[in-house]
Amino acid sequence: MTTTLQREVAATPRGRVRSVTGGIGLIGVLAAALVVACVLSAATGQFPIPPGEVLGSVLHRLGLDLGPLPTHPQAENNLWNVRFPRVVMTAIVGAALATAGALMQGVFGNPLAEPGVVGVSSGAAVAAATVIVFSLDFAGSWTIAVCAFAGGLVTTLVVYVMARDDGRTEVVTLVLTGVAVNAITSAGLSFLLFLANTSAREEIVFWTLGSLNGSRWAEVQVVTPLVVVGVVAALVLARQLDLLALGDRAARHVGVDVERLRMICIVLVALLTAAGVAFCGVIAFVGLVVPHLVRLVAGPGHRVLVPASALGGAVLLVLADLWARTAIANADLPIGMLTSLVGGPFFFWLLRRARRTAGGWA
Amino acid sequence: MSAGLRARGVGVVIDGTPILDGVDLDVAAGEVVVLVGPNGAGKSTLLSVLTGDVAPTTGTVELDGRPVASYRARELARRRAVLLQQQRLAFGFRAREVVEMGRAPWHRSAEAERDLEVVAAAEERADVAHLATRLFPTLSGGEQARVSMARVLAQSTTLLLLDEPTAALDLQHQEAVLRVAREEAAAGAAVVVVLHDLSLAAAYADRVCVLAAGRLRASGTPREVVTPALLSEVYQHPVDVVEHAGHLVVVPVRPPRAPATAPAAAAPAVPVPSADPHQEQPCPAT
Repeated sequence: MTTTLQREVAATPRGRVRSVTGGIGLIGVLAAALVVACVLSAATGQFPIPPGEVLGSVLHRLGLDLGPLPTHPQAENNLWNVRFPRVVMTAIVGAALATAGALMQGVFGNPLAEPGVVGVSSGAAVAAATVIVFSLDFAGSWTIAVCAFAGGLVTTLVVYVMARDDGRTEVVTLVLTGVAVNAITSAGLSFLLFLANTSAREEIVFWTLGSLNGSRWAEVQVVTPLVVVGVVAALVLARQLDLLALGDRAARHVGVDVERLRMICIVLVALLTAAGVAFCGVIAFVGLVVPHLVRLVAGPGHRVLVPASALGGAVLLVLADLWARTAIANADLPIGMLTSLVGGPFFFWLLRRARRTAGGWA
Repeated sequence: MSAGLRARGVGVVIDGTPILDGVDLDVAAGEVVVLVGPNGAGKSTLLSVLTGDVAPTTGTVELDGRPVASYRARELARRRAVLLQQQRLAFGFRAREVVEMGRAPWHRSAEAERDLEVVAAAEERADVAHLATRLFPTLSGGEQARVSMARVLAQSTTLLLLDEPTAALDLQHQEAVLRVAREEAAAGAAVVVVLHDLSLAAAYADRVCVLAAGRLRASGTPREVVTPALLSEVYQHPVDVVEHAGHLVVVPVRPPRAPATAPAAAAPAVPVPSADPHQEQPCPAT
């Protein structure tokens, strides 16, 4: 007795239906783009330094006697104390935000989940602003990061509990939860603004707008380990995140410890968001736009999505920061404003698509 | 003997409402057990208890001699596969990728070497090989159900729990899916299938279990259980069972239809007399 039905369709060859080389190719292209964007960004500024000299300066520091050294007397100093910390910080924060978005979308099973949209970023911002207003200093240079993490964790948990019903997250519930959470956090921020003295007030305002201006190596040192831990952990979890797309029950049936995976992911989202927010303020929509574009190119599999999002987020934010610095002469536009300006319409488009496909996410 | 599934005195109370009450069920290796019963009888809840998703309020469920709750998720996934009624997928994975998800429990085990072979065989048996490159969310309901069936087969387990696997399928694929279930049993698996179609149940089950109002009303071979008296009582609708080509066929008793030529507005005011002995009250033809 045969159970297979005779069918005159050429059998699809065994193995992968999405090419591995495609995924690796995308990651390679993004890595190359990141190097180019970083060099370009470091070369651009009040006085330009040719990209070749930027590369030469880096190579010499690495002990390689290659390429030309900067000719301008102030160039070396400017590069290593002002521009490089900013570029590195931008790349790391971009990677953190995009990875947080990809993780959050995986856990919620909803492509509209993003730390900025659902209020996790502003939750972290409230906690960080508290540190500034009350001049807290219990964990040294880590104080802001620690508090941002705590604030982000609490907000993520709240959103998760509120937006989830019967093992799934409806788009409407998620977005409305974001509205409510953002209302509460903006009230908190307003109150802190009211309490703060003039200098603290200025600091908070700049930081709700999101800015990478004045990044220092000391801050990069705090943020980098958080992001490395977050991205590596997300890579390790990639396979299980794929299975979560089946829904909680079916994921459990194929062997995923759903409760544990979910808690780990929530902690990672809070960690990555805190890393992004702690020194640079709220930069929304990076976590929405980047994973979505990656999915369009390479499909939804997290083994490609996570690394490609991290790299893509870094590239996007480095370029956005370059634009923020150069769009208006002698002015440093708040980068959070720029990403929201681009991300907002993108979000509209996604919402329309969501409505049209009624949950059938592609 | 410990191989197989063994439920004892299973009761589930949700919000004070008893959904299941004192259900005993044994499913041995090599056996196809079909659960039938009217809507709200507790079939899906019983299946959730058997999968380990719902902890019973009272009673125990053991798989291969160990309580289901004591298994780790992956350990359990290597022994039992589940086909849910509704197929969901959050992102646009391709059909082949969904089938491959069934191999997840075997990742990094010696079994993983057979992944390609097992996935191809599962696709072939669920008749979805030609859909491999399609995006799962763009498939029809029936195709999604078959891809999910292939995923369940790819899991290579010795216990299969299938919740209405035929609901979205056409006639050809309904038969095919249940033939596959029988083959799995013949190869040594224990198979539990929730079905609504009683004729299908009678044709493919080794044992039919009838649930009614949260209790196990009857359990036995199709010929013992699929009887007009029992089914008419449980479904509260007169039912006839006839034999056709060696199979039992369950037919709900229906009033004869008005002649096709008569316009609907001119339907007879007097009920059409029925010659059927099972019919208690002839329904007015409207």
